[in-house]
Amino acid sequence: MSPRRVLRNIGFESGLLLIGIPVLLWTLIPIYHMFLFAISPKDAAFSGQLWPTNPTLRNFETVLGQKHHFLNHFWLQMLNSVVISLGTAAITLFVATAAAFAISRLRMKGGRLVMNLALLTYFIPAAFLAVPMYKTMGMYGLLNNDWALVLAMATIASPYAIWILRQASDKLPVELDEAAMIDGASPFQLFRLIYLPLMVPSLIAVGTYALLLAWNEYLYAFLLLSKNTAITLPVALGNFLSADDSPWELLMTAGFLYALPPAAIYYAFRRYMSSGLTAGAVKG
Amino acid sequence: MTATTIDTAARREKSRWAGFGLSERQAWSLLFVAPYVAIFIGFVLFPVGYSFWLARSPHLYVELASDPIFLRTVINTFVFLVVAINVKMALALFLSGFFVQKRWWVKVLAVLFVLPWAVPSIPTILSVRFMLNPEWGVINQLIFAFTAEDGPNWLNDPALALSLSMLVHIWKSLPFWTLILLAGRLAIPGELYEAASVDGAGAWHRFRYITWPSMSTLYVTCTLLSMIFTVGDFNSVYLLTGGGPADLTHVLATLGIRYLRLDQVGLAMASIVCALPLILPLVYFMMRRLSR
Repeated sequence: MSPRRVLRNIGFESGLLLIGIPVLLWTLIPIYHMFLFAISPKDAAFSGQLWPTNPTLRNFETVLGQKHHFLNHFWLQMLNSVVISLGTAAITLFVATAAAFAISRLRMKGGRLVMNLALLTYFIPAAFLAVPMYKTMGMYGLLNNDWALVLAMATIASPYAIWILRQASDKLPVELDEAAMIDGASPFQLFRLIYLPLMVPSLIAVGTYALLLAWNEYLYAFLLLSKNTAITLPVALGNFLSADDSPWELLMTAGFLYALPPAAIYYAFRRYMSSGLTAGAVKG
Repeated sequence: MTATTIDTAARREKSRWAGFGLSERQAWSLLFVAPYVAIFIGFVLFPVGYSFWLARSPHLYVELASDPIFLRTVINTFVFLVVAINVKMALALFLSGFFVQKRWWVKVLAVLFVLPWAVPSIPTILSVRFMLNPEWGVINQLIFAFTAEDGPNWLNDPALALSLSMLVHIWKSLPFWTLILLAGRLAIPGELYEAASVDGAGAWHRFRYITWPSMSTLYVTCTLLSMIFTVGDFNSVYLLTGGGPADLTHVLATLGIRYLRLDQVGLAMASIVCALPLILPLVYFMMRRLSR
């Protein structure tokens, strides 16, 4: 290599580093700040230290032991979050899998219309649908009921789920269905024995998507649920803001615990997520 | 030629379902699609229709227009969309070019980079909110330590607070769009770049004549889609500023909820109806692109 080329390579590599380091800091600072609060005693957290002189697990003890009046129902609220996320994932999977099967494999009459209506729903900004949703859930008598949030989140998650599943399903060869039908299979057998097994990777992607959507949701949760024993964790965290002297170190500790499961799930299913979800978006 | 293709296709379609007749297939498909249709009617069609009915009175729009917060909100929303989304997408395009580089540490960084998107908004946005606390926040404490002067009261200045909300929005959603654009970049055949290198094209020319032409459609689609999502972004503003100070940093997403909490559902819906001229062209465009 000529000296000029070497010089240019060094320039390029250091240029990459000059981008990489700010990107790393930008990404991690808010998360590190949250972690820092979680392991700091209150006075250390408020003094602007970048690492506490005496890191402690006391905050975790307080949160997990529900030893503060903001956190009296921490475990119950965590359970609410779990139940609502799993419920949302289950209903979204059920609804979207069946709909995508009808549209893509059974070539349903009017399937295109259903798909377009679903896409249209996907394009309603979430905060705008929240107001009508709140009023309607009130009319249905579902406010403060887990079902309200589960159904609302399934409504929001289904359109994208149907769209992704339909695309995946369209890729399965028609000949499979034909062969099965020659053997006398019914549409339900096609669904159960051919469609479901072949769709597993996409189902995992869609299920994870719905699960994370529901777990992370704040707006709908705080509109639809208000009782201290019915709310999910994000709403409980938001309630910390109602007081002026909030224990921020505990808020950050609870928030850290709340952020762990979705991050873990995301990384565990990253393979499915990126292939299933970005493929859909890139096609556009 | 077309006639025969259609003919074969039709015959093929027919033979495919000869097993249980057309009506039986339609019956099954109705059964399978029924759960979604029920959800759509119960939780989209009815609520939206009912809300339009609530927002039918012209008085509401007069009242809305006379609310100074509303005008401010419209301006804020506009600024938010134009500035935040363009900055974000340009950054995403740039960073996708960074993450496409094959280095082990770039791969590690890519895994960490997704964190803001993978982690729920509430704790991270509240974490930023405390960093910006004028007295106890780490930013002003550092400013004081270095300059011996008090830093600004970040969230008490409407312009600054709105800019910080945009920054939070960018922090949260940049990874997602970077990944999408990265997938777009990876789909460009490598031979194009090799050929360009042989011809002695520099980095700018490679971008201008290879990367951008192959990605411009995707880039525009992503920008529009991001606009639709961002109009509905409640968290970035509400959790950081709460719409304050003095309700000067609201965007349409938070204003509707503010009216709702003040028990003015009519106004809430009217404010959303006012956003439709902004949303509908975007939605129309996206529908044409995606429903193929």
